Amino acid sequence: MKDISNKTILITLWTLTSKEIRRFMRIWIQTLVPPAVTMSLYFVIFGSLIGPRIGEMDGFDYVQFMIPGLIMMSVITNSYANVVSSFYGVKFQKSIEELLISPMPNWVILLGFILGGVSRGVLVGIIVFCVSLIFYPEFEIANLGLTLLVLVLTAILFSLMGFINAVFADSFDDISVIPTFVLTPLIYLGGVFYSINILPELWRQVSMANPMLYVVNTFREGMLGISDVSISFSLTMISIFIFVFTSLSLFLLHKGIGIRE
Amino acid sequence: MDNFALEISDLRKVYSGGTEALKGISLKVKEGDFYALLGPNGAGKSTTIGIIGTLVTKTSGTVKIFNHDIDQNVSIAKSILGVVSQELNFSQFEKVIDIVITQAGFYGIPKSLAKPKVKIMLKRLGLWDKRDDQARTLSGGYKRRLMIAKALIHEPKLLILDEPTAGVDIELRREMWDFLKEINNNGTTIILTTHYLEEAEQLCRNIGIIDHGEIVVDTSMKDLLRKLDVQGFVLDLEKPLKEAPNIQGFEIRLEDPLTLVTAVSKKSSINNLFSELNKIGINVKSMRNESNRLEELFIEMIKK
Repeated sequence: MKDISNKTILITLWTLTSKEIRRFMRIWIQTLVPPAVTMSLYFVIFGSLIGPRIGEMDGFDYVQFMIPGLIMMSVITNSYANVVSSFYGVKFQKSIEELLISPMPNWVILLGFILGGVSRGVLVGIIVFCVSLIFYPEFEIANLGLTLLVLVLTAILFSLMGFINAVFADSFDDISVIPTFVLTPLIYLGGVFYSINILPELWRQVSMANPMLYVVNTFREGMLGISDVSISFSLTMISIFIFVFTSLSLFLLHKGIGIRE
Repeated sequence: MDNFALEISDLRKVYSGGTEALKGISLKVKEGDFYALLGPNGAGKSTTIGIIGTLVTKTSGTVKIFNHDIDQNVSIAKSILGVVSQELNFSQFEKVIDIVITQAGFYGIPKSLAKPKVKIMLKRLGLWDKRDDQARTLSGGYKRRLMIAKALIHEPKLLILDEPTAGVDIELRREMWDFLKEINNNGTTIILTTHYLEEAEQLCRNIGIIDHGEIVVDTSMKDLLRKLDVQGFVLDLEKPLKEAPNIQGFEIRLEDPLTLVTAVSKKSSINNLFSELNKIGINVKSMRNESNRLEELFIEMIKK
């Protein structure tokens, strides 16, 4: 008897993933409704009220231009928030001991939390897309394959970042600092509401250093067929970051940093 | 050849602050044993259990669970281990039944198989009526039962309980004792840490005492108790006294006018005490042990 079987591993993975999905579904008023409400307000104010005065952005109605950006914003914040709050929650309640004492390998623990974050991110993305159809019913997706690929890759990437944040967090303040002071400004300045082509050259160059710009624009390429950046470069960078953050997360779990004494 | 449920060799733990919690302890617990691991607060009990359960990273040494090294064969070692931690470690917002079914899933037991097992376990521990309650609404005693249900749902061969009856009322404590005796009789090896020394005396066959990160005693409960020289007795009197009687060979003090407390050496006979008391007209109505015998030994051991 050398190790536990693949069937056992699959059961442990499904148990953790379904627990994570159950967790955010149980508190759907806190997890699924707010993005729908917030995005409806964005669509009303920036789409219906101010949008017509702005006119077109890169050849599209402003509300239509905003839709991919707002979906990405929701996916990023929700996948990150799900994992950071859930993993810090199990640390805080000490129920992480249930996982660490069990025979579950580290990669299953990581994958279970990431799948939970991806599930919430994708579900919220779909909800926001459905809300956007109320304001722009004629919306058509340009490239469904690319759209879904970027949707899932983005959810994975930000779930991993949420996981790493939670590993290092020692207090509830620590899990809100990065979303508030790092993620949100980068998302708002990452081309959700505008094309960087309207910026002066200096700020256009500065914006190119914002990683959110690549995520938002690649998704916009999938949904609308337009982008301010190279798609192949963006997909490569997202994949590299996923690889780096996965390796770092596994290293942290292996070393027990932040979770074992 | 003896089969060991747990083999610890030269286990050392130095925390990042420099505190040496374990100074190279070695310990063997036989398969089927009911073993007490005692020690004062901060002695290293919880660190030892933490290392066995991989919640604490060891500095050096080896730990084997039924011959499976926790470094080389960690998944197998963990799959036959159950741990009831000192602190509550379940999600407070989930239902009791979901917590235990999920715990079974973490050990690879599918939901369809877990459900009937969970039902039996919750019924056995008196939790079945509370199965749909959120864990946070349970009383302290029921939360302790839930901890035990969680630790046992995958039928571990080695069960470690870190002060499982702390803060639990006497009735429930006795119920837990019966339950633990039953699962030990059914073949589960049990290691227990507790501050209730009576509990260790009642339940355990072998005992280890850890102090300042070192094992100071590792022996059978019988052998340990045999070392006891003096026993204290409380005598309830028929008539009140003004002062304690002076009887040669016995140290006697008057606790209150109707109660005498005495220490009787193993070399002396308690009959002598009674006959001397009779001679001076003191009648004893009833008698009981002054305190737990093991408690006295324990204090003696960790003072050394």
